[in-house]
Amino acid sequence: MTTKLTGPLIRGYEVVIGLETHAQLSTRSKIFSGSSTQFGAAPNTQASPVDLALPGTLPVMNRGAVERAIRFGVAVGARVAHQSIFARKNYFYPDLPKGYQISQYETPVVQGGVVEFFVGEVQHRVNLTRAHLEEDAGKSLHEDYAGQTGIDLNRAGTPLLEIVTEPDMRSSVEAAEYAKTLHALVVWLGICDGNMQEGSFRCDANVSVRKPGAPYGTRREIKNLNSFKFLQQAIDCEVQWQIDLIEDGGAVQQATALFNPNGNGGRGETRAMRSKEEAHDYRYFPDPDLPPLVIAPEWIEQVRAAMPELPRAMAERFQREHGLPEYDALAATQSKAHAAFFEAATALCRAPKLVANWMMGELARRLNADGLAIDNSPVGAATLGALIGRIGDGTISNTGARQIFDALWVGESTDVDALIESKGLRQLNDTGELDRLIDDLLAANAKSVEEYRAGKDKAFNALVGQAMKATKGKANPAQVTELLKKKLG
Amino acid sequence: MSAPLHDLGVAELAQAFADKQVSSVEATAHLLERAAAHAHLGAWLCIDADAALAQARSADALRAQGHASPLLGVPLAHKDIFVTRDLPTTAGSKMLANYRSPFDATVVARLAAAGTVTLGKLSCDEFAMGSGNENSAWGPVKNPWDLTRVPGGSSGGSAAAVAARLVPAATGTDTGGSIRQPASFSGVTGIKPTYGVCSRFGMIAFASSLDQAGPMARSAEDCALLLGAMSGFDERDSTSVQRPPQDYAALMHAPRPGATAAQPLKGLRVGLPREFFPAALSADVDHAVRAALAEMEKLGATLVDVSLPRTELSIPVYYIIAPAEASSNLSRFDGVRYGHRAAKYTDLLDMYKKTRAEGFGPEVKRRIMIGSYVLSHGYYDAYYLQAQKLRRMIADDFQRCFAECDVIAGPVAPSVAWKLGGQNDDPVANYLADIFTLPASLAGLPGMSVPAGFAASGEGAGMPVGLQLIGNYFQEGALLHAAHAFQQATDWHRRAPQGVGA
Amino acid sequence: MALTPEDVARIAHLARLEFQPAEQAAMLGQLNAFFSIVEQMSAVDTRGVEPLHTPLSAISDVTLRLRDDVVTESDQRELNQRSAPAVEDGLFLVPRVVE
Repeated sequence: MTTKLTGPLIRGYEVVIGLETHAQLSTRSKIFSGSSTQFGAAPNTQASPVDLALPGTLPVMNRGAVERAIRFGVAVGARVAHQSIFARKNYFYPDLPKGYQISQYETPVVQGGVVEFFVGEVQHRVNLTRAHLEEDAGKSLHEDYAGQTGIDLNRAGTPLLEIVTEPDMRSSVEAAEYAKTLHALVVWLGICDGNMQEGSFRCDANVSVRKPGAPYGTRREIKNLNSFKFLQQAIDCEVQWQIDLIEDGGAVQQATALFNPNGNGGRGETRAMRSKEEAHDYRYFPDPDLPPLVIAPEWIEQVRAAMPELPRAMAERFQREHGLPEYDALAATQSKAHAAFFEAATALCRAPKLVANWMMGELARRLNADGLAIDNSPVGAATLGALIGRIGDGTISNTGARQIFDALWVGESTDVDALIESKGLRQLNDTGELDRLIDDLLAANAKSVEEYRAGKDKAFNALVGQAMKATKGKANPAQVTELLKKKLG
Repeated sequence: MSAPLHDLGVAELAQAFADKQVSSVEATAHLLERAAAHAHLGAWLCIDADAALAQARSADALRAQGHASPLLGVPLAHKDIFVTRDLPTTAGSKMLANYRSPFDATVVARLAAAGTVTLGKLSCDEFAMGSGNENSAWGPVKNPWDLTRVPGGSSGGSAAAVAARLVPAATGTDTGGSIRQPASFSGVTGIKPTYGVCSRFGMIAFASSLDQAGPMARSAEDCALLLGAMSGFDERDSTSVQRPPQDYAALMHAPRPGATAAQPLKGLRVGLPREFFPAALSADVDHAVRAALAEMEKLGATLVDVSLPRTELSIPVYYIIAPAEASSNLSRFDGVRYGHRAAKYTDLLDMYKKTRAEGFGPEVKRRIMIGSYVLSHGYYDAYYLQAQKLRRMIADDFQRCFAECDVIAGPVAPSVAWKLGGQNDDPVANYLADIFTLPASLAGLPGMSVPAGFAASGEGAGMPVGLQLIGNYFQEGALLHAAHAFQQATDWHRRAPQGVGA
Repeated sequence: MALTPEDVARIAHLARLEFQPAEQAAMLGQLNAFFSIVEQMSAVDTRGVEPLHTPLSAISDVTLRLRDDVVTESDQRELNQRSAPAVEDGLFLVPRVVE
């Protein structure tokens, strides 16, 4: 059920998107040196002679970076190459100390793989081309140093896993959803801290448009998108720009572009970069300082064995054990925190479907509104579990539960039962009392009884209404109907 | 003590120290005087007399406390391609004028740990690119045997200093012959070990898959002592070979099975690649080498005819691979973090181009251009990849030879040292002259140059000729053994140039 | 096939080298002289031959040695920058970079 064929058309054009994601790996030290990867140190205090490419220095590979690449490869069901090669990508840039980036070119460490996710109710599969190990560059600080640029090489040599997809995505929404899923996965695996503000997870989007059925159009690459919102906006802007160009009889030129969210009067714009354009001939060749990286099958098996339960597997278990629909199960496993919340709440109330509904509904809504992550939700798993428990045992109605939830959210109390009492939301389930109440009611409404017996159903509904009113809505409507039917014979 | 101090080699000096005949301070002071007296050779790029004397004093102190490591207190000097924390390092280039490394090369650190005294740094071709030492930004080095001739290169300063008795030994590096060829041109002994035996950490990279460090001294015995201290696994070099430390002196002395005092080389099969004796080989070199081979026969060796059919191909193969790697290795010299930066420029691109145009000399630029071209889009397969495939074929040719012989022997270079300025106008002629040293470099095999006599007549009369010995992987011991046996029977390696004085 | 002046200009730009016209002309001649000795290479049939990227793989499998993930470097900024052409606030300064 992939959407690899024609996607939603925009002004009669199909959008084709591939993503390249740079995930900084969560190693203590750099990929080729013993420098710390800690973020935020004073400029160049974490740049060793190797990172600075001082004469005579040589790279030595970090096992931790390789281990994380294997973890990713296993997680996405890719082939982890038995032998892969490090190559030099040659170009001059002040934040690239050696004048080349050590990367992987012809034979990457991770080959293939799939990432699956939902957009609304529709499932999508995005195929990965590859994921390869490489070193990050330093940072250029453009704020004025007497008209010059300052170079900080603390980031130079931070290990990156570049994850490249096939051109499988057909809308900016799908691209953003893929990026969120990938982000959740690398964080789940513990191979990347996922901190997008600090640049730990950055996306480049390759975007092209075509008339349905036509061959791929020429693509432009939008670089360094460090939020899902920008990713989606940038693609939307780029698509409109490309379509405008084509409609005006122009042709898209292959280029790398940057996204400026404030450009074009706040509507955002993508503009081609100047600096890197000439440096296109990278003169890749195998790095003679680094023999081939060989990964023994045993190592891959060790990593597989030590792997946490993956979101996919956990979602399948939730479907199996708790009978959740796939969509609910994926929502409940969108992050480790969500999964933990779901399992804790379900353990308490034994109503998995209700828990899923609440998490996707009320809870998600309130978290969004307050911009909170689920791990610091004012209503914790235990509390929500207790609340749902009271719906399950009929103590309160859904409407009542929603009122309690609001009270819990704003911190009126944390005791569900106390709130039920103080708000008088307990449903009336005591048959004896209801019995009496209905007898009085029938006596008092002889007219309606007559009409009902005469075959007017409306009269019956009126009676139910009366009963509910008399019980200030605490009665269980099902129970009332049942009793009335019995008494009216 | 009969011989003047500066005539003593490494082992002899160590013995003299042990016998309390002379102190390291005395030897060091004497060599510092000689350095000043022979400044005209142009071998030295820098000397730190105070530091050297301080090291000598502490070496003498250690000896007084009973320490007696074989190199303790022995003065030597380093090719300026090795970075040093306490001395400037220029790699013979303007690009690195006044550069100070924050660390020592592994080879430098290991020799220091062995107790040697560092007198200073020795001249070399810029970034080790050259075979005459005429590509140094700091001026040419003169051959002590004939001051109008080159000492060879790129380790020309090291060769000239050892030949002129300015130091008993020096470090060198060899990428395509840069230890063996200057050793041959200057009449000293030098060995390039198997690729990976000496750490490349702190050796300014020319061609990473070819560069190897090695010692240059007056005898195989001295080379064995130095190589033992220089070599060994280094975790900072991913191409460094993990194997137990080798006692090269012991390997050198170990008698061959069935050997006798008169025939120490009994049973040794010496392979002579017919491609190493072409018509173009100068008669002087041919005579000296064949005489040396006859001497080896006398010592019990048997000569066998072998073939290295791709010897001539090794020239284009090497001159594609080495410049390709060099073009990338030298990209770090961009004027941003260290080294030369142009004084005037309009923008970043202009700064790069002017900085590198001013900082690099003509030969370095030439090789950067060749290397960038053969790696550039559309040419990689035809040039770089094809060269790497031929490189494997060349390495396989050697393995076929070693099925028939134990060591390979031949000339180091087609001629003796040429005149200063003699080949400057024709870079390709210099490349062709590397023909006999390139094959072993491409294969990563150990190779050695042993003084084998002198040109008897002709334009280069009186200039030294070297015998090249090539061994199979990690057979440094066999090379040193053969060379040592040869040097026990000959005195070519003891000859000193006229005018090096007392 | 001989290189053209355009080739030399393109490669010089790739390699970030500035040549005066005379130098560039000389370079063209020298490069073509060099490539004339290279041609013999292309004649050799190397089909099925593995390139020899690192010499010792001629006799055995050479594999990458891996380092443990530990921080071994401390802040040596002052020492590491002692040969830097232009530094301010610990940053290396370069002409403004335009993106």
